[in-house]
Amino acid sequence: MVMAVFVVAAVLAVVSALAAVSHRDPVVNVLSLVVTFFCVAVCFALLGAHFLAAAQVLIYAGAILVLFLFVIMLLGAPQTANDEARRPVQRTAGLALAAIVVVGGALLALTMQAVPPAAPVGSNAHAIGTAMLTTHAFSFELVSVLLLAAMVGALVLVRRKQ
Amino acid sequence: MAAELIVVAGKLLVLATLLLTAVPVMVWVERRGAAFIQDRLGPNRVGPWGIIQPIADSVKLLFKEDVTPAGANRWLYFLAPMISVFVAMLTFIVVPFGDGKGVTILGVPLGSLMVASELEVGVLYLLAISSLGVYGIVLAGWSSSNKYSLLGGLRSSAQLISYELAMGLAVLGVILATGSLRLDEVVAAQSGKPWNVVPQFLGFLVFVVAMFAETNRLPFDLAEAETELVAGYHVEYSSMKFAAFMMSEYINMVTASALVVTLFLGGWTLPGVHLEGWLGLAVSLAVFLAKVSVFMWLFVWVRWSLPRFRYDQLMRLGWKGLLPIATVNLVLVAVGVALGWKWI
Repeated sequence: MVMAVFVVAAVLAVVSALAAVSHRDPVVNVLSLVVTFFCVAVCFALLGAHFLAAAQVLIYAGAILVLFLFVIMLLGAPQTANDEARRPVQRTAGLALAAIVVVGGALLALTMQAVPPAAPVGSNAHAIGTAMLTTHAFSFELVSVLLLAAMVGALVLVRRKQ
Repeated sequence: MAAELIVVAGKLLVLATLLLTAVPVMVWVERRGAAFIQDRLGPNRVGPWGIIQPIADSVKLLFKEDVTPAGANRWLYFLAPMISVFVAMLTFIVVPFGDGKGVTILGVPLGSLMVASELEVGVLYLLAISSLGVYGIVLAGWSSSNKYSLLGGLRSSAQLISYELAMGLAVLGVILATGSLRLDEVVAAQSGKPWNVVPQFLGFLVFVVAMFAETNRLPFDLAEAETELVAGYHVEYSSMKFAAFMMSEYINMVTASALVVTLFLGGWTLPGVHLEGWLGLAVSLAVFLAKVSVFMWLFVWVRWSLPRFRYDQLMRLGWKGLLPIATVNLVLVAVGVALGWKWI
């Protein structure tokens, strides 16, 4: 049962990820990405990481991609014509990266050993919260500063135009 | 295992039936309520007090021509109403809607009547799934290739993003006071002390206002805004696809009402009433239904009493009004929890 759900979610995630980078219509790209994120969330849920699954859907599918979609619709992004010829460097770099990922993934899959399932914690929301505010408090604060800087930066950019 | 599956399927069946039955009933309540508020009669010809009217309406909708506009993106146009209904129905499974303490069916203890009883991130699941509902509206607006639809969809996406934040912060106060993300524990934590609405009145207020925006109801129904945008995102839809949007709106109203009841008004509990067994089950269901009905009526009442906000007013209220109030509420609750106040 779990295996069946996993296979469906995993295949759908990969297929929609491919569609997200290859389809010509920007709206379809964003929607494919939504499907990918959703399927990844399903995989998280199957592993028992309910908090991660919910956060994945809530933040990525529910908020960030809605903004993507909003911007694409607002600006009315045209369906891109075939402009691969104009970007030779990107194309080569992309192919090289894809090759690295495929070879690396294959190596990893061949040498991988099954990790014993982690001992179930009482609640992974609790565990994550505790870890964030104790062991990883410093990186947590760093991330907040980073986000704050991004926010201030966005405001400055908007103000400068006015 | 088999018995558990049957019980879960039974719960799902009860839930789906309740949700789908609520739609025609609410349509009738809304039309009669509107008439009552506007001092006219409303539909009163089909059946006693016009109560069969929604059935006649559904039959009409079923047999209407299903039009797909030329230039529409057919796939997305078809998918959008499905997403809306699917998401609306899916959110409810983490809401506890009754108390089955001491009741066993086929040897399975019922416990709190909620479908996904072992999901420990109930509130997050709920926020996550309901945040997907916007895709139905946005895609409907975009795929119709109609400028009014598109404007409706755009407005709705900006609106939902803004109000989700305030709503989430208001919910955060409740989570903080409860110490759990599970809604049945939120209910349990509210027995034996005042309901959350007392210590967290600000949060309650923010949640109720944001709830209107989340369900796209007046005074925040800018995605439809019939006086400016004809009917907004669903202007091109007809027949059952149109009905699907209406259904999801009403189901969302039920979910939002159930949520505010669960989070702030003690869910299915009544102070001083501790019943077990089948009687407890029946009473808790009735109490829950009664509390939800109050908020359902509030939706209707507000819709026919208040004018629509202008778009910039809506955004200003969300970011400059609700968000700070929700933050103040959260800080108050945090202080209360830290100092160990008994009431929080």
